Amino acid sequence: MTVSATGAHETVSGTRFSDLTRMPDVRGHFGPYGGRFVSETLSYALEDLEKTYLSLRDDPAFQAEFDHDLAHYVGRPSPLYHAERWSRALGGAQIWLKREDLNHTGAHKVNNTIGQALLAKKTGKPRVIAETGAGQHGVATATVAARLGLTCDVYMGAEDVQRQKLNVYRMRLLGARVIPVESGTRTLKDAMNEALRDWVTNVDTTFYIIGTVAGPHPYPQLVRDFNAVVGREARRQSLEQIGRLPDALIACVGGGSNAIGLFYPFVEDDAVAMYGVEAGGDGVETGRHAAPLSSNAPRGVLHGNRTYLMSDDAGQVSDTHSISAGLDYPGVGPEHALWKDVGRVNYVAANDKEVLEAFRELTQMEGIMPALESAHALAHAKVLAPTMRSDQHIVVNLSGRGDKDIMTVARIDGIEF
Amino acid sequence: MNRIDQRFSELKQQGRKALIPYITAGDPAPQYTVGFMHALVDAGADIIELGVPFSDPMADGPVIQKACERALKKGTRLVDLLDMVAEFRQADTTTPVVLMGYLNPIERIGYEAFADRAAEVGVDGVLVVDMPPEEADEFGPLLKVRNLASIFLIAPTTSHARAATICAHGEGYLYYVSLKGVTGAATLNASDVAEHLAPLRDMTDLPLCVGFGIRDGVTAAEVAKVADGVIVGSALVNRIAEHAETPEIIAGQLNSVLAEMRTAMDA
Repeated sequence: MTVSATGAHETVSGTRFSDLTRMPDVRGHFGPYGGRFVSETLSYALEDLEKTYLSLRDDPAFQAEFDHDLAHYVGRPSPLYHAERWSRALGGAQIWLKREDLNHTGAHKVNNTIGQALLAKKTGKPRVIAETGAGQHGVATATVAARLGLTCDVYMGAEDVQRQKLNVYRMRLLGARVIPVESGTRTLKDAMNEALRDWVTNVDTTFYIIGTVAGPHPYPQLVRDFNAVVGREARRQSLEQIGRLPDALIACVGGGSNAIGLFYPFVEDDAVAMYGVEAGGDGVETGRHAAPLSSNAPRGVLHGNRTYLMSDDAGQVSDTHSISAGLDYPGVGPEHALWKDVGRVNYVAANDKEVLEAFRELTQMEGIMPALESAHALAHAKVLAPTMRSDQHIVVNLSGRGDKDIMTVARIDGIEF
Repeated sequence: MNRIDQRFSELKQQGRKALIPYITAGDPAPQYTVGFMHALVDAGADIIELGVPFSDPMADGPVIQKACERALKKGTRLVDLLDMVAEFRQADTTTPVVLMGYLNPIERIGYEAFADRAAEVGVDGVLVVDMPPEEADEFGPLLKVRNLASIFLIAPTTSHARAATICAHGEGYLYYVSLKGVTGAATLNASDVAEHLAPLRDMTDLPLCVGFGIRDGVTAAEVAKVADGVIVGSALVNRIAEHAETPEIIAGQLNSVLAEMRTAMDA
C-alpha cells in the first residue's frame, strides 16, 4: 500500500478535489447524495433550521460564542500527541493521535452539540432531543442541555441501552430522560426513526440535535461545520509539531462525523491521503458488518438522505453488526459517499477482532484507552504504518475515550462485575 | 383519464365525498390482502391506498410500524405487492389503487422498472412519503408519462410557498395531513382543518383529502363536510392487529369499520 495522493486531481465524474469544499449545493446535495428526503410534516422544521443556521454561520458574534465555549467548556484545542512507543513497535510511520478523547465528555461529539445547542438557544425552544448509539452523543447532548437549562430526551435502541449501561446512567445523572427504543433492530437507526417521529410531533417546542453527518439537509452540513474544528487544529498542529502536513489521516466512520471533522480541512491538500475505517464486524466477507462504503452497498435513501445504504434486494434496511454501538449504522453520511466516488478518501473496514487488538495495544503501550469506535481507526494504523517510512507521518483521530467500553471488553474476557 | 380523476368526477356529480381506506399490504400475511381490498370496496371505498411495508417507516406511529413488521415478517416485497394489484384488477377494473410508502424499496427496483410494472398491473397513483416534489425531478416524469398520478402530502406547517410548489406538482389529489405528528396520533379538529384547506382551494383544483386522526363515523362525517375525501388508516390497521391471529374474520371487521364511516359521510 502506498500513501501517495489518491489519484488524479480530476475524476471521472468531473468533480475536482477543490470543488469538494463547496458542497453541498443549495438543496443539500453532495453530487448524487444527500438531499432532503423527508415527509412533508418535517419540511417546515428543516427549512426553519436551515434559515437559522445560514443566518448565524457567518455571524462573528455566533462564531465567537462557539469558540469561547470550545475553549473554556470543552477544553480545546485538544493535543496532537506523538505515540512514539507505539510507532516504534509498529516499525514504520510516526503515529500522531488527535486527542478528542480529552474533550469534556470524552469524545468529539461535544463539538457538535455545543454548536447545535447554541442554535437551539437562538430559536428559543425549551427542549432538545437526540438519538444515540454508544451513548457519547447522548451524553454530549445531555451535558449541553444541563448547562443551558433545557429539557432533554435521548432516544437509544434498547439493545444499546443494554450494552452501554454506564452512559445511560451518565445521561440520567445529567438530568436527561433516556427512552429505550424497542422497534426494528433496537439500535441506532431505530433511535433515529423515533427521534424524527418525536420531532415531527413536537416541532414547536423541540430542537433535534442530530449527532452525525447524516440525516436531511442541513444536518450533514452543519454537523460537519461544527466538527471541522478538529481538522483545523490538526492541520495547524501538524505544521507546528511535524513541520509539514501529515502523509495520511485515519478516522473511523459510522455516520462519519469525526472523520468529516478531521478530513474536511485537508480536502484540498492532495498530498494528504485519507482513510475512513468502517466497522467490519465479523468480517465484511461474512455479511455481518456495518460497512456500507467498503462493502460497496447499494445506493439508497434513509433518514432523509441518499447515500450508500445496506439493504436487501427488496430495499429493506439490513441489520448491522459491530462490537461498537457507535458505528452500528447501515448508512453513512452523504459527503463520505461522494468522497468515495471521487476517490478522495479510501474507505476500508476493520473487524471486531482487529479492533480489540488495537484497543489493547494502545492501552498497554501508550497508557491511552481508546473508545472501541476509535480503535477501528487504530486498527488500520497498525496495517498502514509498517508500509511507510519512519520519516512519514500519520494522524489518527482518537475520537473518544474507552471508559464506556470497559464492560464490553470485560465480557469478552469472561469477567463479570 | 386516470381512474382517480374519473372517480372524483363521478363523486362530484353525485355530490358525495371520497372515502379512502389505507391498509398495509401483506398484513397480517400476503395471501389476505386482495380479499381485504375487495371487502373495502364492498363497504364503500372509493379509492384504496395500499401501503408498501418498509423496515423504517419514519413518518408512521406504532400502529403502522407494527403492520409493517408483520408484513415484512411474512416476506412481503414490493414486487409481491404489485402482483396483488394485478390480482385485484382481475375482479375490479374501476376502483383506483394508490401505492403509499417510502422511497427505498422503489429505488432498489429502479424508478423506470417500478413505473413500468406499476402501470402494467393497474396502479393509478403513487405517494412516496419521503419524496417531496423537490426530490422528484427524475421519478415524477417517469410516472407522468405512464399516466400514474404523483400524490403529495401537505401539512399544517407547510408554508404558502411550498404549498404552491406542491400544488403545481401534485396529481390525483392532495393528501392533507391534519395533525402534527405521526400516523395514528390524537384526534383532529374539523374547523381547524377547514381553515387550513381554504387557502389551498385558491391554489389548486385538485381534490383535497384529509388523513391522520380519523377514527370513526363521527370524525369521518365532520371531515367530509370540509374536504373532498377522507383517508382512514390506523383505525383499520388496528382491527387487523387485533385479529392478526384469526385472519379469516378480518375482512368482515374492515367492512364494518368502513361501512359505518360511509353511512355517516353520506347521511
